[in-house]
This record gives sequence, C-alpha cells and structure tokens, in this order.
Amino acid sequence: MTPALTAEKLNKYFHEPEEFRVLQDISFTINKGEFVPIIGKSGCGKSTLLYLLSTLDTDYSGTITINGERVTGLSQNELALFRNQHIGFVFQFHFLLPEFTALENVMLPALKLGRWSKAETEERALAQLQQLEMAPFARQLSSKLSGGQQQRIAIARALINEPMIIMADEPTGNLDSGNTRLVFDIFNQLAHEKGIAVLAVTHDLDFAKQADRVIEMKDGHIVSPGA
Amino acid sequence: MSVNLLIARRHLMASKKQTLVAMLGVTFGIAMFILMISFMIGVNQFMERTMLSFTPDIHLYNDISTNYSHSIAGEYFKGQPVTVSVAHPKPRQVRLDLKNAAALLSRLRRDPLVAEISPVVTTLVFYNYGPVQINGSISGVNIDDESRMFDLKDKMVTGLPEALLTADKGILMGSGLAQKLNVQLGDLVSLAAPNGMLMRFRVVGIFRIGISAIDNVRSYVSLANGQQLLGKDKSYITDISIKLHDHARAAVAAKTLHNQFGYKADDWETANASVKTSNLVRDTLTYVVSVTLLIVAGFGIYNIMNMTINNKMKDIAILKAQGFAGRDIMQIFLSQAIFIGILGALSGMLLGFILAYALSSVPFPPNEYVALKYFPVAFEPAHYFFGLLFGSLTPLAAGLMPSLKAAKIDPVMILRG
Ligand SMILES: Nc1ncnc2c1ncn2[C@@H]1O[C@H](COP(=O)(O)OP(=O)(O)OP(=O)(O)O)[C@@H](O)[C@H]1O
Ligand SMILES: [Mg+2]
Repeated sequence: MTPALTAEKLNKYFHEPEEFRVLQDISFTINKGEFVPIIGKSGCGKSTLLYLLSTLDTDYSGTITINGERVTGLSQNELALFRNQHIGFVFQFHFLLPEFTALENVMLPALKLGRWSKAETEERALAQLQQLEMAPFARQLSSKLSGGQQQRIAIARALINEPMIIMADEPTGNLDSGNTRLVFDIFNQLAHEKGIAVLAVTHDLDFAKQADRVIEMKDGHIVSPGA
Repeated sequence: MSVNLLIARRHLMASKKQTLVAMLGVTFGIAMFILMISFMIGVNQFMERTMLSFTPDIHLYNDISTNYSHSIAGEYFKGQPVTVSVAHPKPRQVRLDLKNAAALLSRLRRDPLVAEISPVVTTLVFYNYGPVQINGSISGVNIDDESRMFDLKDKMVTGLPEALLTADKGILMGSGLAQKLNVQLGDLVSLAAPNGMLMRFRVVGIFRIGISAIDNVRSYVSLANGQQLLGKDKSYITDISIKLHDHARAAVAAKTLHNQFGYKADDWETANASVKTSNLVRDTLTYVVSVTLLIVAGFGIYNIMNMTINNKMKDIAILKAQGFAGRDIMQIFLSQAIFIGILGALSGMLLGFILAYALSSVPFPPNEYVALKYFPVAFEPAHYFFGLLFGSLTPLAAGLMPSLKAAKIDPVMILRG
C-alpha cells in the first residue's frame, strides 16, 4: 500500500482572541484507495486539520507529504499549482460559480491546468457528469440546481483533474439522507475502484461506520487513528 | 482565451448594468476631455491665427527712450566737486524714425533668413468727418509689400488694396473705424497729424482683421502720403515689418537685428505674450476639468470593483482552493477593469468626436470683435490618442487596489464562513 498523504506532528495555534493550540501533534497516514472519514465533536479541530492538509492554510508546524511530495514550505504559487494537479475539494456549501453552467464549473479547474484541449476537456467533464448521473443538467446554470445536484457537480469538478486525493468538509451536511447515501457511495466507489484516497469530515456516524477506518478527533488530538 | 479571461468576461456579462455604469463614467470623462480640449485648442488656434495674421515675425522700430542722463549743466561742471541737480529736465529733440532706412532695407533684403519686408511710416492722427473727430493711427505703406505680408486681400470688406496705388490720396480704413465715422467707399475724410498738418483722403477700401484693437483705429495710406502728412522726406521710415522663411527663428533673429542696428526688434512671440498666457490658462483649465472628470470616473470604477469583489469572496476562495494563484485572481479582476477602460475610452472618443463635430457647426454669435462664423474646434489625432490612453489608464489604476485585495483574500477565512 502506497501512502497518499502523510501528516507528521502537526501543530497549529490560534493567537486570537487568545493563545489556543487547536491541533496537537497530529500524525497519521492515508493510503491510496482508502476512504477515511474524520469524526469528532464540533470545535475539535476537524476543519482546521483539513485546511492544513489541503495546503490552503500554511501557518502550522510539522510536515505534510502528499503523493510523496513534501508540500510544507512550498510557495503560495507552487501550492496553487499543486492543488490544481493533485487535490480535489468538496465543501459543505458546494460553492459552484453561479455565472457558469454545471458543465463549465466542472471544466474550469481542467482549463486552468491546461493539460487537455478545450474540446477534450469538455468531453471529459461530460463523462464525469455522466458517471454521477448529472449529464442532463450539464448546460444549466449551476445556481438553478438543487443542493444534491450541486454537490454532485462539485464532486465531478473535484475529480476532473484526476487528483490522487479528495478532501471533503462535511460534504453531506446540507443533504437529505438519500443524497447523503449517494455521495458516500460515490466516495466509496472512487476509493475502491479508482484508487483515490478520500478524506471526508462528517457528522454522520452511520456512514462513518461503513468506512475502512475512521479518524476520530477530540480537542485537537487524534483519539482513534483507525485500524 | 485563457481561463482567467473567460471568468472575467463571464463576470462582466453577468452584471451588465454595473459594467455599463462603470463604462459610462469613463465614456463621459473622455468625451468631455475630447470636447473641451478640441474647443480650447480651437480657440487657441483661432486666437493665434488672428493675432499672428497681423503680427510680423519681427517688428523693427525706434523705441523712443527719453534719456535724461546727459545734461548741459552736468557737462559744464564736469570734474568739479559739485552736485548738479536739475528740476524738471526736458529731453533733447528725439527722432522717431529709423536713421538711414534705405541702407537698412537693402541689408535686410539681402539677408537669407528674410522672406518679406515692408517699410512703414506710422503716426497718430485725428480723423475728421464732418463734426466727428476720432483719434487713431495711420500706416503709410508700400501696399504691395504690406498686402503680401499680411494677406490684406482676404481681409477687405469692400474695395481692393491695390486701389491705394491708383487713387490719388486714397485710404484703406479699418471696419470699426469706418463704422464710427460713418464713412463709406468714396467718402472723403480729413486727417490731422500731430504736427498740425491737415490732409484729405478718399476712402478706397475697408478692411477687417478681426482684432478690434486694429480695426477700430488703423488705416492705410501710401508711404508717400504718410511721409507727406508728417512733412518728411522720402527716406523717412518709422517701422519695418519683417517676415522670415522660418518663423520659429524669430526670437534669435530679432536679437541679432537689435544688436546689429541698435533699434528695438520685437519678435512675434514677445509681441503676443498675452495670447500665449491666455492659451496657457485655457490649457490648464481643460486639463483640470478633464482630470477631475476622470478621477470621478476612477472612483466610480473603484467602488464598483470593490463591490464586485466583496460579492465574489466565495468564488475567489473556491477558485484559490482549486489551484488558481493570487496572480490569476488579480488577472481576472484587473482585466475587467481594463475592458471597462478600453471600451469606455473608445466610446468616449466617439462621443467626444460627435460632440466636437456638432459644436463646430454651431454658428458663433455674431459680434464686432471676432470674425468667426462657427465655434472654433480643432480635430487633432493626438487628443484622441491621449483620450484613449488616459481612459484606459484610469480604470487600470482604479482597479489595481481592489484586484490586489482580491488576490490577497485568504480562502480559509472565507470557506470557514
Ligand atoms: N480563525 C480562528 N481564530 C481563532 N479560533 C478559531 C478560528 N477558527 C477556528 N477556531 C477555533 O478552533 C477550534 C476548531 O475549529 P474547527 O472549525 O476546526 O472545528 P470543527 O471540528 O471543524 O467544528 P465543526 O464540527 O463545528 O465544523 C474551535 O474551537 C474554533 O472556535
Ligand atoms: Mg468544521
């Protein structure tokens, strides 16, 4: 098993409103093809950890290695490129760009990457939407879609550049149980069939239980690093 | 097209009204700039043209400086330890003419810089027509020389300049003066010179320069008649008007002439210093107003850009999370500002041209001081070029700060909510 992501002794402090150590010596590894939910009480530092791992927040100590490349210490521009190539994001509030159609939203990260021609990109984006059963909505403005539909578009967008790792912060927080089930099925499938590592913060313990292993956090520590 | 431009275009299209408002700010700023500067430069050019059309490149004359430094008493007591003080000294008899004018003229004719010369006798006179008595001046000229230099033919209201040659004691009169005296072609006026000499002249032409300071006081007679009126001989010349091949060299040439002959030599720039000053005032005014308009437009764009960016915080955060770097975000928003600027500047140029063109066909209110049919408007490509330049630069400057702010947005802060 090859590690997709390794965190070593991550520590993070907030200085406002008072000195506060949110993350304390967090170390763990996620392998390729693993779907790992992160659970824990509200305020224990799950989101904070995810922002660190996703390279958006660089104000921490410790080391993060993704796909064999040490990302700690890279410049902002290098990190932007790295995210574009290797990390897919899914958020609780889907955050699609409202002026663009569903298809265009999926295409944007790939157009930014520039690895494929525009026609190819469109083809790939359509295929991605097809897999998530969203092809019929491809030409609709993203703001005109339901929450579950938007979340599936967001997942398609996260997948378009063939990242090694997907990070999701409460991706089902806004969805009903039907859509929640769908999203988790997709994640499981991505991990097991495509060998992508999926790291998802969730409050949904039912789903967490079905996963390969669970990372449980408490007050900035990892209490169960999983089997 | 790059993704960044694609996003920028979509943002602009999504808020068409806002884009239009921002653009119109620039449009009006540039249109006003073009209109104002076209009009002001038009006025400047008109002023310069009228002034220069009646100012020789160099005006050579004897500047009477009453010199009191010499006194007979001073001469007499020279060397002795006494202080001589003379109350109310009187100047010696001064000559108003250019001594040995003939030699001077032939020198000037041989000068390679000189294109035309016109010798003149000027004097103050009283014009008498019936009971009406008006003071003014006359210039005795070789009408051919003078006409060639100042293009008098174009300035005649009635009659021809050559009439001076054929008529016995003919006079060409300024239009304002003719009106005041109520004389017409063929009427006789009598002129009284300062020395008391009286002569009668027949009006053979009326001219109009467009400068009331001349049209209301000046008349032309032949050189011989002028000399006769003053009771002087054929060699008596008071002024020489000189036209150069290259009028830009007037200042230098005037200095040389002054040093050579000792007479006062005014070049056209010195003589028209007041025109230059009022040109400067108009130019300054134009730039102040235009810059103000552009700054207002700039603030408008700044506001709109700030608003857009505040509305798009989430989009910016999501773009950054997906791998768009700070400079990409900057490009996305700055290109919107540039687009607004270029489109605004282009439409401003067009509107400015239309307004300027419209103004140039508005009849100028008729009056006796200026000879203008329509509002004077200059159409110069340079103005349009500057309009385009400033119109594009203003939004760029206005958009810079908001775009930088957008580039620096911390996505974590936004994504946390
Ligand atoms: N910018 C900040 N400045 C100071 N403290 C912060 C900041 N952001 C988060 N915190 C604190 O850090 C702790 C962890 O926050 P975090 O958002 O990671 O929790 P979480 O586990 O994601 O909670 P939830 O399940 O509610 O999303 C909380 O106590 C929070 O108050
Ligand atoms: Mg959270």
